[in-house]
Amino acid sequence: MQEKYDYIVIGGGVVGAMIARWLSRYEGRILLIEKEADLGMGCSSANTAIVHAGYDPLPGSLKALMNVRANRMWDQLAGDLNFAFERRGDYVVAVGEEELPLVERLMQQGIKNGVPGMKMLDAAEMRARERDINPEVSGALWATTGGICDPFQVTVAAAENAVNNGATVLLNTAFQDFIWEGSRVIGVKTNRGDFFARWVINSAGIYSDEVMHKAGVRPEFFIKPRKGEYFIFDRNEVQIHNVLFPVPSSRGKGILVTGTLHENTIVGPNANIIDDKEDTSLTKEGMDELVNGARKLIPTLNLKHSIANFVGLRPMGNGPCKTPGISYNNDYIIEIPENVQGFVNLGGIESPGLTSAPAIAELVIDLMKDAGEIFIDKKDWDPIRPARPRFSKMTHQERKLLCDIDPRYGRVVCRCENVTEGEIVAEIHAPIPARTYDAIKRRTWLGTGRCQGGFDMPRVVAILARELGVSPFEITKRGNGSEYLVRTTKNVEVEDVD
Amino acid sequence: MSIKKQYDVVVIGAGPGGLAAAIEAKKGGADDVLVIERDVELGGILLQCIHNGFGLQTFKEDLPGPEYAQRYINEAKSLGISFLMDTMVMDVTSQRKLYLSSKDHGYLEVEAHAIVLAMGCRERTRPQVRIPGYRPNGVFTAGTAQRWVNVEGYMPGNRFVILGSGDIGMIMARRLTFEGAKVERVLEIQSFLSGLSRNYVQCLDDWGIPLQLRHTIKKIIGKNRVEAIEAVAVDEKWNFIPGTEEIIPCDTLLLSVGLIPENELSKKAGVKLDPITGGPYVDEHFQTNVPGIFAAGNVVHVYDLVDYVSLAGVEAGKSAAEFALAEKERAARYIPLKAGKNVRYIVPHKLDKKALEQGDISLQMRVTQPIEEDVWMEVRGENNSIVRRSERYVRPGEMVTIVLKPNMAAEVEKTGMLTVDIYPKSEA
Amino acid sequence: MEEKNFICTACPMGCKLIVRMEGDEVVKILGNRCRKGETYGRQEAIAPQRMVASTVRIPNGFHPLLPVYTKGSIPKRRIPEVLAKIRAIEVTAPVKAEDVIIANVIGTGVDIVASRDMPEK
Repeated sequence: MQEKYDYIVIGGGVVGAMIARWLSRYEGRILLIEKEADLGMGCSSANTAIVHAGYDPLPGSLKALMNVRANRMWDQLAGDLNFAFERRGDYVVAVGEEELPLVERLMQQGIKNGVPGMKMLDAAEMRARERDINPEVSGALWATTGGICDPFQVTVAAAENAVNNGATVLLNTAFQDFIWEGSRVIGVKTNRGDFFARWVINSAGIYSDEVMHKAGVRPEFFIKPRKGEYFIFDRNEVQIHNVLFPVPSSRGKGILVTGTLHENTIVGPNANIIDDKEDTSLTKEGMDELVNGARKLIPTLNLKHSIANFVGLRPMGNGPCKTPGISYNNDYIIEIPENVQGFVNLGGIESPGLTSAPAIAELVIDLMKDAGEIFIDKKDWDPIRPARPRFSKMTHQERKLLCDIDPRYGRVVCRCENVTEGEIVAEIHAPIPARTYDAIKRRTWLGTGRCQGGFDMPRVVAILARELGVSPFEITKRGNGSEYLVRTTKNVEVEDVD
Repeated sequence: MSIKKQYDVVVIGAGPGGLAAAIEAKKGGADDVLVIERDVELGGILLQCIHNGFGLQTFKEDLPGPEYAQRYINEAKSLGISFLMDTMVMDVTSQRKLYLSSKDHGYLEVEAHAIVLAMGCRERTRPQVRIPGYRPNGVFTAGTAQRWVNVEGYMPGNRFVILGSGDIGMIMARRLTFEGAKVERVLEIQSFLSGLSRNYVQCLDDWGIPLQLRHTIKKIIGKNRVEAIEAVAVDEKWNFIPGTEEIIPCDTLLLSVGLIPENELSKKAGVKLDPITGGPYVDEHFQTNVPGIFAAGNVVHVYDLVDYVSLAGVEAGKSAAEFALAEKERAARYIPLKAGKNVRYIVPHKLDKKALEQGDISLQMRVTQPIEEDVWMEVRGENNSIVRRSERYVRPGEMVTIVLKPNMAAEVEKTGMLTVDIYPKSEA
Repeated sequence: MEEKNFICTACPMGCKLIVRMEGDEVVKILGNRCRKGETYGRQEAIAPQRMVASTVRIPNGFHPLLPVYTKGSIPKRRIPEVLAKIRAIEVTAPVKAEDVIIANVIGTGVDIVASRDMPEK
């Protein structure tokens, strides 16, 4: 593990991974550090998975610019990095006559932002598109450039491509402080030692404020976690194919009902500002909010068909919009601060952060170029991250061929989602290795079906222990402190009971 | 072991239902019987049910689960039944074609004259979904914990709370206590015990493990691993009763809240399921709505005694063998029809020799080209002629019919194939 | 006079038994609906018996543990001793169902036997 790099990226969410991927196109040693046991464990894997069209952000804001610019990049990106992506289009649904002008205004805002391919639908057309839509629907905005993806796949694919092009990713490595030479950042201190670089990029998501404060940058900037709770529905009971938004409010885009690329339907998020940056707990009040929000769009949706839930904390920052004349205090910070050299600062990358990630990465490179950094194209840069086989999506003939090549693909470990030992082993030894149960779950979708891991859990724990060469007692759900097994049987006495 | 392309009876699942069905099918005259099991060994869920209570009816003995299974395993092996273990059935069609996946044998297709579905059931998980709090590790279904404790030799925790007074939960309460763990509480949301009272006595009462009826979990505490659960009393509508909350420190929560018949494969085969049982609609022979597909055991509905599962397996296996043998016999009676000279196609494509004894069979066909002169239309077997008729002309635009009559059955019986030729008399 | 309460486990009915004792002697049994209940109540009041099932280490076995059980019931109060004896030993594969693992465990006259065949690894 060498200490000297050219670029260090703090934070392995989708934005950090994209930045590393963009940097890896050029000469220079890249290090991405991530404090958790896996990439994307913050809100990068706990969101609606939507690639937004771009009508929602305020015109003139950096959010709007990044969103619309990035939206166009996703087809190429999905092709290069081989992650699941579909331009399904999305709907903003007006319920009741009084909401129709709001939706029409949204379309105008989209036009201002340069969003192509939008159309207003009347109530009848919207009902034809979504059979179970609220009968009080009065119309909808249809944005054809909206898309859906698997956000975790996007994060890992981008990081893997960076690694394949020479970058280093260190998990379980937490930023602690900067290393200085005068007013120049020359490295970072972490829990696993000091690392040096000519540039350090702050992509720390919900902790980006704390990181930038350590650089003495923007002491007035703060991140408040905006908690979003979600429910996932049993695909056998609930099948909503469309991406449905309600009319947005000051709190955000609202509670969506949307299909996903795993053929589940999800409902969420609500939006409650909390203090604790680690509070990903599901709340009773949140559940009630989700039920009501979902029913606004699809009145027949029944929470009893939910099979799982998740919670994401979006980094809501108080960054001022830099466009003159625009008064807006929740904009992205993407800058090279004047008073600090060797530092690129990002802050408050909440929605549309997933969508914007490729454009943000591009902008970071441009800012560094403007600041005098010379980027030399790597001669052997490979933009392609090869896809790995997905047994569950293959035909019988394809499965047969795969099993002939590697018999481990013949052993099905997750019965509900048809995930094989071959796939699990491949992820454990992938460029960004999966070392925990949840890491494998995010990559393969194992354990998300009707038995929720009941069958596969002991088997996955055994495979992880075997492949990592550790004892089963070290295998965790999501990192230290979340181990499965405490001891063997047969080594503790049984007490008498009177 | 060489795997055949076709079996008389294929049984999915080597638990008590599947083993009993396979044994009875074999005894019932099915020669090629294959049992497919996803685990590495035979026995199904019984292998982890190491407590007694099995076999009181079947063997008049009080046996532990593994031994009950062992008796059937031994018999099945002695009868020459074929087994594929560590193999998952990926798909079953209504035509009784199966797709199998295993490490040792790769990805295979197998056909069956009859299938017995014996996949058992899975544990319900849902209550966890709507319990507020974090998603720490340490929340498992009782069956998953049972596998770890009884088969692999691991303890998934030291201090337990069990949600649900189902039998598996109570059994595990005792089992965990026997392995030196502390079971703090069993919580049951209903006002009555969910499982057998015998288990209440021998698993909870014997060991001083408190059971609280009309109680459930309000919150799970702990971020990475369970640290405690917040229990709460409920009214008859399952609403929380304020002021009754209690924090119970623990590191593991086991869920024992019900079993659901596992019918994903059944659905793929077009088997219709009863929404109340969660299992297939079946008749008294345990045949589903799909001909030749039978079901036995917990896959049909959740049983209380394994002895009755075995009886169901016997009935399903017997019926499956009968069906398979009848299928084979019927298949053997079919002969194909071949379009010969100047014939483009013939319908039907195959006919049941026996059916001809009962009545006429019309062969309908079209010719490839017009023949504007007298023709012979001849139906012949491999070595014999069945019937010959003449026509003054034949044209592609007009369908041609030849009727086979019962008095031709004897000649048809002699051949394995029929060919129809149409040719000008002048060429005869 | 002492009164003891039990739930009968002779059959799934689960009658609530009341057993009246004078010292060590059973004076009356109430609440049973059959003879088996009376027998159960008597035994349970004087010297409750249980069957015990557990697992024993079998390091060279196909699985690391062999399930075992008492072939017959043993005094309930001695269960921890029985479990301790099982915990203290290891057995060697191959083993067949009903093989005796511990004969006459702690002098109860009851053997602990294997619940299944266990081949070698």
